[in-house]
This record gives sequence, C-alpha cells and structure tokens, in this order.
Amino acid sequence: MQFFLEVLLGGLLSGIMYSLVALGFVLIYKASGVFNFAQGAMVFFAALTAVGLHDMGLSLWLAVPLTMAIMIVLAVAIEKIVLRPLVNQAEITLFMVTIGLTFFIEGLAQAIWGASVRKLELGIEDVPLEFLLDNAGIAISQFDLVAAGIAFVLVAALAIFFSKTKVGRALRAVADDHQAALSIGIPLQQIWVIVWGVAGFVALVAGLLWGARNGVQFALTFVALKALPVLILGGFTSVPGAIVGGLIIGASEKLAEVFLGPYVGGGIEGWFPYVLALLFLLVRPEGLFGEKIIRRI
Amino acid sequence: MNTQTSSATAKAFLNVNNVEVIYDHVILVLKGVSLEVQEGKIVAILGANGAGKSTTLKSISTLLRGERGDVTKGSVEFRGERVDQLSPNDLVKRGMVQVMEGRHCFGHLTVEENLLTGAYTRNISRGDLKLSLEKVYDYFPRLKTRRSSLAGYTSGGEQQMTAIGRALMAKPTMILLDEPSMGLAPQIVEEIFEIVRDLNQREKVSFLLAEQNTTVALRYADFGYILENGRVVMEGDAKELASNEDVKEFYLGISSGGRKSFRDVKHYRRRKRWLA
Ligand SMILES: Nc1ncnc2c1ncn2[C@@H]1O[C@H](COP(=O)(O)OP(=O)(O)OP(=O)(O)O)[C@@H](O)[C@H]1O
Ligand SMILES: [Mg+2]
Repeated sequence: MQFFLEVLLGGLLSGIMYSLVALGFVLIYKASGVFNFAQGAMVFFAALTAVGLHDMGLSLWLAVPLTMAIMIVLAVAIEKIVLRPLVNQAEITLFMVTIGLTFFIEGLAQAIWGASVRKLELGIEDVPLEFLLDNAGIAISQFDLVAAGIAFVLVAALAIFFSKTKVGRALRAVADDHQAALSIGIPLQQIWVIVWGVAGFVALVAGLLWGARNGVQFALTFVALKALPVLILGGFTSVPGAIVGGLIIGASEKLAEVFLGPYVGGGIEGWFPYVLALLFLLVRPEGLFGEKIIRRI
Repeated sequence: MNTQTSSATAKAFLNVNNVEVIYDHVILVLKGVSLEVQEGKIVAILGANGAGKSTTLKSISTLLRGERGDVTKGSVEFRGERVDQLSPNDLVKRGMVQVMEGRHCFGHLTVEENLLTGAYTRNISRGDLKLSLEKVYDYFPRLKTRRSSLAGYTSGGEQQMTAIGRALMAKPTMILLDEPSMGLAPQIVEEIFEIVRDLNQREKVSFLLAEQNTTVALRYADFGYILENGRVVMEGDAKELASNEDVKEFYLGISSGGRKSFRDVKHYRRRKRWLA
C-alpha cells in the first residue's frame, strides 16, 4: 500500500509538469485557434536562454526576468512577422507555420547557446522529503513538491486572469468569435501578443523546472509530445482540463509501468499515455473539460 | 426635398461617398454607394438577399478587411473626419460600433461577460462599468434574468439583445445594426425595434440599420435607402417610401391587386411538390 501511494504521488507530481507544458498549448489554442506546435521549442528556448545567461555570470534573479523579456520580444516578433500576414488563413496553414517556427526557434536557441547539455541548479534538492519518509515511510521528492506548488500557483493565477480580468475576458472572446471581437473594438494583434507572451511565460516556468530535473538539453523539446495525450484527455480549450489531464497521465503512466510493466516486459511508460488518450478520444472527443460544441437548432 | 438632405450646409454625421467594394480582388459587389446619416436619426438600408446591405455596413466599420474585401473607391466620413483607413478599434473608440448580422455573441461567455467585453475600448473604473451594465439591463430587463447563462444557450431574441447590449457598452453615438430581425418571431422583432427607438430618443444614438423586413424597418426609421445589386436605386423619407407604389410592389409584397406575389410563390411551391 505504501509503495502504491509512493508511485501514485510520484506520478501525480510528474504529471503536473506535463500540465505546465500542456497549458502553453491551451492558451494559444484558446485565443487564436492555432495549435502551436512550437510550444515545445519555446520551452527549450526559454530554459536554454535562462541557463545561458546564468552561466554567463548573471544571478538567477536577473537571468529569469531577462529571459522573460526576451520571450515577450519573441511574442511580438511572432505576431508581427508570422501571424499578422496570415490572418484569415486556414487553420492547417497556421499549424504548418508553427511547425516551421519550431525548427526556427530550436535552431536559434542552439545557434546562440550551443548544443551541449547544461546543468541548471535552482537550489531545490531532488531528495526525498524527510518528514514524509520518517513518518509515513513514503519517499516523495522535495523538488517535485516545490514544482507542484509553483505549477499550482501559476494555474490559479491564470484561472483568475481568464475569468476576472478585462484582458482575460477579451482573450476568451477572441477565442470564441474573432470577427465579433473585432466588431466591438478588441484589437486582435494586441491580444495575440499578450497570449504568446503568457505562453512564453508558461514555457519559461516549465523549462526551468524540467531543465533543473533532467538538464537543459534538446530533449526538452520532446516534452511537448507528452503534452499531446494530456491535451486529448483534458480538452484543447480548458485550463483545468490541462491540469487534470496532466495528473491523470502522470499517475497512470507510472502506475502502469510499475504494476503492469513486469507482465509485458516493461517500457510501458513511453506509449501508455497515447493509448489512454486514444481510447479516450473514442469516448469523449472534446476531452474531459473541453468546451462542448454549442449547437442550437 | 426631404428632411435628410435639406440642409446642405450641415455636415452629415456619417457620410458614405461613392463606395465601391471588391471581394477577392474580382467580385464587384458595391458599385458606388452613397448615403448619409444625420445625427440622431434612424436610417434603414433595404434590399433583397445579396443586394449588398451587409457589405455596405462592413465597408463603413472597416470589418470588411477581415473578409478579403477591399474598398476600391470612395470615402467614408464620420463626424467630419475620414475614417476608412482606421481600424475597427479606432472606430469603436470614436463612437461607432457594428452589431453584425447573425448576432455573433460569444457563445462560451455568459450574457454578462458578453456585455462586459463590449466595454473593452473604454478605460473606466469598476464603478462606472457597473453603472453602464445596469443601464443596459434597464433597456433589456430580460438579459438581467439570464445574466449568468452562457450566451450560446440563450434564445435568438436574447442573443440579439445581448449583441446590441454589448455594443451599447462601448458607449457609441452611432450603431450599425445588421438585420436585427433575422430569424425572430414578429413579437420579438417589435420588441427589439421598440428598444432601438428608445435608445435613439433617450441615449441619442444614431442608427444605420440593414433590413430585409422592409415593413418593420420603415415603420421605425426616419429615412431609407433601397439597395439593388450594389447600387442605391431609391431613397427617401421612410413614410414616403412606405407609401410608394413601386416599393410596395417589390419590397412589401403588396400591389394594387392585393398580395399577388405572395400567392404566386405559394402556388409555385405546391406545384413543385406535386411534381416531385
Ligand atoms: N466574403 C465574401 N466574398 C465574396 N463575395 C461575397 C462575400 N461576402 C458577400 N459576398 C457577395 O456580395 C454580395 C452582397 O452580399 P451582402 O452580404 O452584402 O448582401 P446582403 O444585402 O447583406 O444580403 P442578406 O440580406 O442575405 O444579408 C452577395 O452576392 C454575396 O455573395
Ligand atoms: Mg446581410
């Protein structure tokens, strides 16, 4: 039982990290209907830039805000150079464009900072929490807990932002019907910059946490692929969906690996989430929390 | 000759001058439309399907650009200034908002959130925002009872009210209202037009509205333009137009011989069914 709990909690905590990446997708998809394939590249770019600046001698307190500023510049550039000329193009066109963007951002990151793996120290040690280990006999990483806490705060802040603020409401309005949003004077370009900026911020947080855990390296871009089943499960348009989806994927892949793995020779973790997502797709195509497609007849 | 254009000295509130619109670089839809709206008036653009009513409104609000349409000739002046190069955002700030055909509410936002988004261009305090909201609810009491429902699940009439209310939140002096009667029961249409008149008289909002429902539109409007194939073919006082024989025949479905056209249509339908 203790072992089960340990696996479950460990899985949930790593799931939150998936949620963080998925969140970036959800934000952009909600506001512009674009499936931003480049989100993984943005995670990589943000992490590499922060570490790069840190390695140059800047303290993390300086490097991280500076990286955020660079992410905002990136958002402005993407809106000006890529999105604006492509207004009103088909979704598939925009999707292709984000694939192009992926290679560009990955290339840019490596051109500036090199291709070597860098270590990132956030000052939180990846050791089991003593309190839990002593009293309950469960080994839970301190780092995972902090990461989960950060993710939680981020998500709560985003939820409030979307439902309570003027800009948040405008973002949802644009996501719903951008012609109507235009008609009441919401400037789409401004909204897009904000959304890509926020997605950049989320990418930065995710990049720092993932980077600190696995090292900042090109493999970070593959984290984005893990976000895919999370999105299918949670729905492409739902912030809570991204969170719950991440938790489910994280927990179930670890549980599957530990308890089913031995029977099939292990290695389940890699593909189990996709199978889960696929099954889910058959039952509930809009995802757990995805917005129901409203149709009045 | 008529009240609209009698005082040539007074500049019109909204002045559309010989506007030509081409879609997709090849489809010529407006072939030089000119019209004007005097301050404080309700003006109707009438015409059949595809006459170019919506296109006219969108060329004024500059929403056309988002639909691969270009204004290739002519100009639009609002309160004495050229506005055809502005963005919709600028126009809303200057007091002109369009309520689009088909209502276009934000379906996944609640009715109240829909209204709140309408105030996006105004930088006002929470208190003032609340006042504006209450004002809209005064005009549309029905919306207050539905304030926390998702707009996508409200009735057609409520959606039309939400769309108009949302535009009101921008505190406009001019509303471009496209086909408010579309798909609504006669009673609701009447209710909405009553509110339009109310807004016109009490809030001093000028209206330019596009309508297929000629009868109702002419009853509430001060002045009307009749559009056919992208051209203004007739204009005049609403009362004059309503009693004009040609208008009666072509747009009101009434001619001296009774409702001939209507019966013909019915007869034709019946025959088609027999043949099928
Ligand atoms: N985006 C577009 N691209 C190409 N042609 C268009 C476009 N929008 C409208 N048209 C064409 O322009 C003409 C006028 O359309 P418009 O929507 O202005 O008519 P309308 O008078 O508003 O008609 P309705 O009463 O049906 O709303 C139509 O023939 C239509 O097919
Ligand atoms: Mg129309």
